Amino acid sequence: MTKELYTGAEMVVKALSALKVKYIFGYPGGSVLDIYDAIFNQNEIEHILVRHEQAATHMADGYTRATGEVGVVLATSGPGATNCVTGIATAYMDSIPMVVLSGQVATNMIGDDAFQETDIVGCSRPIVKHSFNCRKLEDIPNIIAKAFYIANTGRPGPVVVELPKDMLIPQNKGEFHIETDVKMRSYNPTVKGHPKQIKKAVKTIVQAERLVVYTGGGIVLADASEQLTELVERLNAPITNTLMGLGGISGTHPNFIGMLGMHGSLEANRSMANADVILALGARFDDRVTNNVKKFCPNATIIHVDIDPTSISKTINAHIPVVGLVDKVIQQLMDELDAIDFTPNKEALDNWWQQIDQWRSLKSISYEADGDKIKPQQVVEAMYEITNGEAYVCSDVGQHQMFAAQYYPFAKPRQWINSGGLGTMGFGLPAAMGAKIAFPDSHVICITGDGSIQMNIQELSTCLQYNLPVVIVSLNNRSLGMVRQWQDMIYDGRHSSSYMESLPDFVKLAESYGHVGIQINHADELQDKLTEAFSIKKRLVFVDVLVDETEHVYPMQVRHGAVDEMWTRKGVKA
Amino acid sequence: MRRILAILLENEPGSLSRIVGLFSQRAFNIESLTVAPTEDPSLSRITIATVGDDRVLEQIIKQVNKLIDVIKITDLTERKHVERELLLIKLLAMNDKSRTEVKRITDIFRGSIIDIGKQVYTVQVTGDADKLNAFIDAMSNETEIIEAVRSGCVGIARGEKALRI
Ligand SMILES: Cc1ncc(C[n+]2csc(CCOP(=O)(O)OP(=O)(O)O)c2C)c(N)n1
Ligand SMILES: [Mg+2]
Repeated sequence: MTKELYTGAEMVVKALSALKVKYIFGYPGGSVLDIYDAIFNQNEIEHILVRHEQAATHMADGYTRATGEVGVVLATSGPGATNCVTGIATAYMDSIPMVVLSGQVATNMIGDDAFQETDIVGCSRPIVKHSFNCRKLEDIPNIIAKAFYIANTGRPGPVVVELPKDMLIPQNKGEFHIETDVKMRSYNPTVKGHPKQIKKAVKTIVQAERLVVYTGGGIVLADASEQLTELVERLNAPITNTLMGLGGISGTHPNFIGMLGMHGSLEANRSMANADVILALGARFDDRVTNNVKKFCPNATIIHVDIDPTSISKTINAHIPVVGLVDKVIQQLMDELDAIDFTPNKEALDNWWQQIDQWRSLKSISYEADGDKIKPQQVVEAMYEITNGEAYVCSDVGQHQMFAAQYYPFAKPRQWINSGGLGTMGFGLPAAMGAKIAFPDSHVICITGDGSIQMNIQELSTCLQYNLPVVIVSLNNRSLGMVRQWQDMIYDGRHSSSYMESLPDFVKLAESYGHVGIQINHADELQDKLTEAFSIKKRLVFVDVLVDETEHVYPMQVRHGAVDEMWTRKGVKA
Repeated sequence: MRRILAILLENEPGSLSRIVGLFSQRAFNIESLTVAPTEDPSLSRITIATVGDDRVLEQIIKQVNKLIDVIKITDLTERKHVERELLLIKLLAMNDKSRTEVKRITDIFRGSIIDIGKQVYTVQVTGDADKLNAFIDAMSNETEIIEAVRSGCVGIARGEKALRI
């Protein structure tokens, strides 16, 4: 009996099917037309045609952040591939699993500066977890299986697969073999924490009088929020989340003391500064958290749990490092607490909470409403109320992102989707589209600004084609607000190129793309018009909210200061 | 402090460039780097001489280990080890005096003259970096160095300890 033979292009699609992929986000071009033909000839996988390859990467990324499933991107060689670079870097910085399939010129032309040839493996090397070149078409299925395995295990991240044209064309065929249960001798990520380190960690936790649990995106990625909540309740410890970790515990949980870091709450940063033990879980002591590392929590014993050994003791020395998957390690910590029959030190805890409540009473996350001008914070609060706190909130980058993080308490992980590590303007809309594809019946909000939205505005067209009725809430301050805030605070108010002139009429713009546009001008119409926007379920609504352009994001860490040195209002330090 | 790192990795296209890219991307120092396949052609072995304090070295080792192609990395300088480098050097040897001197110094350093031309001798010397530096110094006092090439160091642990899969 002769075996059935397949082209490389067919193998790509067959491999993706075998890996249970539902969507490919992409854009066609010469080098990948054979793959597009193979996609055309099947109906297991849906291809979503974006309007710019960068948006394909962010859309795949948003889909992944909302669901936990690996996102797949397909782009042609040359400009298609280079357009993906920002999206790959965005995923890399936030440890988002992604597989990017890129076309390449035929093997015999590589190196000749052929039409649409770029070395995408080379271009993306510093921003991928790994990458593959295909040399033999029979290797394609297993390379794709490996790409998925690498992307989605250990510390997740993007993987690029380069597919030369001669591997895909109909003239070349081969047998299809795929090993979905991947094993690699050079890659075996750690799973459980070392038992000795677990014992040490628990011993330190038990003796703590001022413990803070500090958690990051790792909790979200590992779907560890239930265990985390259990641990926090068991210890009755205060818990703070990074920007990436919001939703890791419910934003309304009594032990939650808010986000920490540059625009975190005063109580979160104060608690860190005064802690005697810090239990860091799936967080990486980013500079937007620590502020000046030399002044960072000098009196704390630091227990650092992370899947990636390079994150441990990179910027801040960890006294007790634990390498392992954060959900597994939390379970190990709880088992050890059981084993030693742990009961909390009530007196120490009471004192600690009393102190924290005093910091809390200063209400650092607050603003002064103005009767007339709409405050951006107000918009986020209204959004929270109208959506019952249950929406997927996908953010762009700027002041609006910080206001969303501060004023929309997230009940669950994966509800808050933002580019924390790279801070990519233009991420919000495509990411929201990815979340909406996964959860068509949920409210999906793109919170954005007049600057960011214009970085991927073309995707309004994709939204129409695939019926993706996200609600875009643009906090329009007619400026690059976050830049302007820094210029106000550091550059004596010299607003160099942070003012936006000639903004489009966003309502008409939305309408011209076939969507609904609503503008909100006055504080007294905010509630009604926003409610109306969210009541339109079948069409995309672009809400252009003209907000107070002079508003700053507070609190804000004082530059080069300690973790809890903060501006709480214009000119006021805590 | 100077360290010698030995890395065992998959002999795949691009695996060397990942190592080199990592060092430049993270501003780690490379003093020398050598690479070749091992007795098992599916594996490559890289030796990197680098300088850095304990903290930097810890990051280098962790970051290299994190690369998917890397199977093992070890810091040879942590224990007893042997370090060798090969030097090929062309020296001006025009007259009897300089020829004798070149021969004499080469013998002292247990090198060998491997080629002679009308006016130049080519000499081969092996040893650790210090020895090769001393040889080059000694020669430059006696004659003119026309060209010199060093292989970069390779190293191996003493005793039973071995870097293998
Ligand atoms: C691609 C990209 N370019 C530049 C920046 C720097 N940057 C950070 S915030 C910001 C302003 C964003 O303006 P807007 O989207 O209107 O948000 P606002 O701060 O006004 O709420 C800029 C330019 C960035 N983060 N990303
Ligand atoms: Mg703006």
